[in-house]
Amino acid sequence: MMTDPIAIARTHILEPAGLSEQDLDRLLGLLAGSAVDAADIYFQTSRLESWVLEDGIIKDGNFSIEQGAGLRVISGEKTGFAYSDELRFPALAQAAEAARAIARMGQGSQVRIGEVANKRSLYDPTNPIASLPDPDKIALLQRVDAEARRADPRVREVVASVVAVQDTVLVLGDDGALSADVRPLVRLNVSVVAEDGGRREQGSSGGGARADLDYFLLEDRAMSFAREAVRLAITNLEAGDAPAGTMTVVLGSGWPGVLLHEAIGHGLEGDFNRKGSSAFAGRIGERVAAPGVTVVDDGTLPGRRGSLNIDDEGTMTQNTVLIEDGILCAYMQDKLNARLTGTHSTGNGRRESYAHLPMPRMTNTYMLAGERDPEEIIASVDKGLYAVNFGGGQVDITSGKFVFSASEAYLIENGKVGRPVKGATLIGNGPDVLTRVSMIGNDLRLDQGVGTCGKEGQSVPVGVGQPTLRIDGLTVGGTSA
Amino acid sequence: MSIAATDDTAERLARLKQTIEDLLKEAKRRGATAAEASVGSSAGLEVSVRLGEVETVEHTRDNGLGITVYFGNRKGSASTSDLSTGALRDAVKAACAIAEHTQEDPCAHLADSALMAAEIPDLDLYHPWYLGVEDAIEIAAACEDSARGYDPRIVNSEGASLSTHTGIQVYGNSHGFVAGYPTSRHGLSCAVIGQEGESLQRDHWWTSARAAADLDSARMVGERAAERTVARLGSRRIPTCQVPVLFRAEVATGLIRSLVSAIQGGSIYRRTSFLLDHLGERIFPEFVRIHEEPHLPRGLSSAPFDGDGVATRAKDLITDGVLQTYLLDAYSGCRLGMQTTGNAGGVRNLRIVMGDLDRAALLREMGTGLMVTELMGHGVNPVTGDYSRGAAGFWVEGGEIVHPVEEITIAGNLKRMYAGLIAVGNDYDYSGSTRTGSWLIDKMTIAGE
Repeated sequence: MMTDPIAIARTHILEPAGLSEQDLDRLLGLLAGSAVDAADIYFQTSRLESWVLEDGIIKDGNFSIEQGAGLRVISGEKTGFAYSDELRFPALAQAAEAARAIARMGQGSQVRIGEVANKRSLYDPTNPIASLPDPDKIALLQRVDAEARRADPRVREVVASVVAVQDTVLVLGDDGALSADVRPLVRLNVSVVAEDGGRREQGSSGGGARADLDYFLLEDRAMSFAREAVRLAITNLEAGDAPAGTMTVVLGSGWPGVLLHEAIGHGLEGDFNRKGSSAFAGRIGERVAAPGVTVVDDGTLPGRRGSLNIDDEGTMTQNTVLIEDGILCAYMQDKLNARLTGTHSTGNGRRESYAHLPMPRMTNTYMLAGERDPEEIIASVDKGLYAVNFGGGQVDITSGKFVFSASEAYLIENGKVGRPVKGATLIGNGPDVLTRVSMIGNDLRLDQGVGTCGKEGQSVPVGVGQPTLRIDGLTVGGTSA
Repeated sequence: MSIAATDDTAERLARLKQTIEDLLKEAKRRGATAAEASVGSSAGLEVSVRLGEVETVEHTRDNGLGITVYFGNRKGSASTSDLSTGALRDAVKAACAIAEHTQEDPCAHLADSALMAAEIPDLDLYHPWYLGVEDAIEIAAACEDSARGYDPRIVNSEGASLSTHTGIQVYGNSHGFVAGYPTSRHGLSCAVIGQEGESLQRDHWWTSARAAADLDSARMVGERAAERTVARLGSRRIPTCQVPVLFRAEVATGLIRSLVSAIQGGSIYRRTSFLLDHLGERIFPEFVRIHEEPHLPRGLSSAPFDGDGVATRAKDLITDGVLQTYLLDAYSGCRLGMQTTGNAGGVRNLRIVMGDLDRAALLREMGTGLMVTELMGHGVNPVTGDYSRGAAGFWVEGGEIVHPVEEITIAGNLKRMYAGLIAVGNDYDYSGSTRTGSWLIDKMTIAGE
């Protein structure tokens, strides 16, 4: 089996298209020139297989292949971009010409194509689609279905799906540097509907990683997702109205870290700060969080959904400290925004596919652990909300206002976790919400590998995490005023 | 529909139809008892300008095909962005390989052949805009200029973008149905940032149409973006309360989208809808009528046939407040023991019949309450209808706007919100496939200070 990403990328992308080293050289020559500050070509081939179980049977499956190349030319703050889903030289040359029109002057330059060895291996360059025989994928979904139905007789409907992706990318920079990454990604999801008397509720759970499909067979993962989906649906069957108003909120560890992603993560992306459109613009060195709060964006965690060996501009990913002990330290950068603001890329240049332009995006964003016992944190609250599971969130980076929606929450009364309440949206102000963090748990946990972040119409897989947190004053959007 | 002499649309349409025929033939050769396929090809230009300078020029060109094969009542699907002959054969092969493992599903089959669209009406959807990059930049720049010049409090910009796309979509299946048509879509949008003291706000506006001539002017889009931004300056929170809420027209469309997803066949047979078992029941007050017009000329989501090849037809979703139909494709129709409604792929051009009140009259009718102009997050539970979302807008007293509002949530339950609809205004003023005026809802919970 080939394990060198560049060799795999050559075999999957360049050879079938009949693209030689000389062709790459000529394409770069067409793109680069004296009026050009930067240029790159991003080759990609992506294979995806999915299976869906519903009504107890395997209903549908899909296999898809997407491939193409995106060609980008940057001159000052201007970007010219064209892409082609045909990888033959004439189509690419035509795209190069279209992208190049942004910078009209200048002659093509000569560079030497050189491979950049990929020293890092956060995940194996495997093909997860082939990692399990088809009958085993099906048997896995059937076991998930049986486990969910066994877990509680009130379960009426079960939908389970498994998705495996192999994404191979090859990035050619204007300096001739050729880097590659082979990115496996697997995901399993379970969604159930439970009914009791007149009430119906839904619960979902799942997880994923940059790994082979046997990831779900290990540590009883798939079955625990099934039980978790059922537990959520049953809990919500008993939920009362959520409170409305500003109160003390304790956030559970793990996926509630979506708070960080929305409240501060997007606001610290380099493009918004260069343009001055973020509420965090010009605030490096200022206090934006309580003492003890340290937040990082770390693309180097082995096997995580948000991790990458190299970003989509060929830069090695890194662990960037965004906030240290409450002080804002850094923004997340891609090459364009780093160059325009006189700094370096932090390995956060990401794109949905060859048909999209890269921009600064998060990888795995999380808060480091503190020292408090989670029990002690809950015990410290007289009256408030304990929110442990969330759906998605959203932020207005200019006003700093952000929301995230709880899907499992409980009242806290006299230091004890009380009755479950219905899902509610929480709203806050990004630049000050972390200054209201009054207790930080010792139980840092990352999410199970389910996050997808959307920005300007582009989706990329990400991770979040945090320890249990007490926040003094978040607005809870229930109905019970 | 006029096609310029240089336009090769007719040839490309013929070629894509041939691609479908080839795919279906290949599926049959591999032993499939039935098959359906769709193929699309589009191209476009997108430019953005920020602070008067070109920011991006993007040339887009997308191809894609999807095939579903049936072996009796087992099915498999595949898709690819590569339309070469070899890739087509691989896609059919992959779909057949999938079908070896899926299980018998009595509803896994094509729509009834008698329901295929017999005629393909020309819906006037194709109006290419032969626009050079320079001209596109000029329009976007003019749009941003008018936003930046609107008010001295506009201090920064996220830029203006112009996009123009044309495409061809073809669908065919083994009933012998193969049809397609070209479409175009153009858009212009602008987002600017305003400042007043410490308060920074951003807002945007857009226009979208099948024909360039139907777009709002660059100036109008820019000024509207600036007007919206400036109006938000000085936003503040309000105390937690229960008051009437006016959803301004452009956000009221979200309440219709929630209705649509609740009556889609998939939500009904999976029992994930808060409107389960509500067919024929009154869910809105009697004055409400919501109508679907799939054949609207130049409509942004018009289509002569749906994703199953079934003829689309105009119909009421809501008459006199009563739910008239679910939105079904062939599969969900079969699952529910009902006939498809020609809604494979969704609804096309919804219209709510508007009332007599303009916006000022709606505000007077509300008296004291909240007018919502922006919603944030996904806080809608489709199973229960429980609704809780972040919001921004304006506090209203005695029918007059008092101040802009932010960092609050609005909460309720969609079923009760629909039943509590007091009035629909006649203030439709945006481009979109769902056309409504503002909605006045009797009471919701605001969470704030």
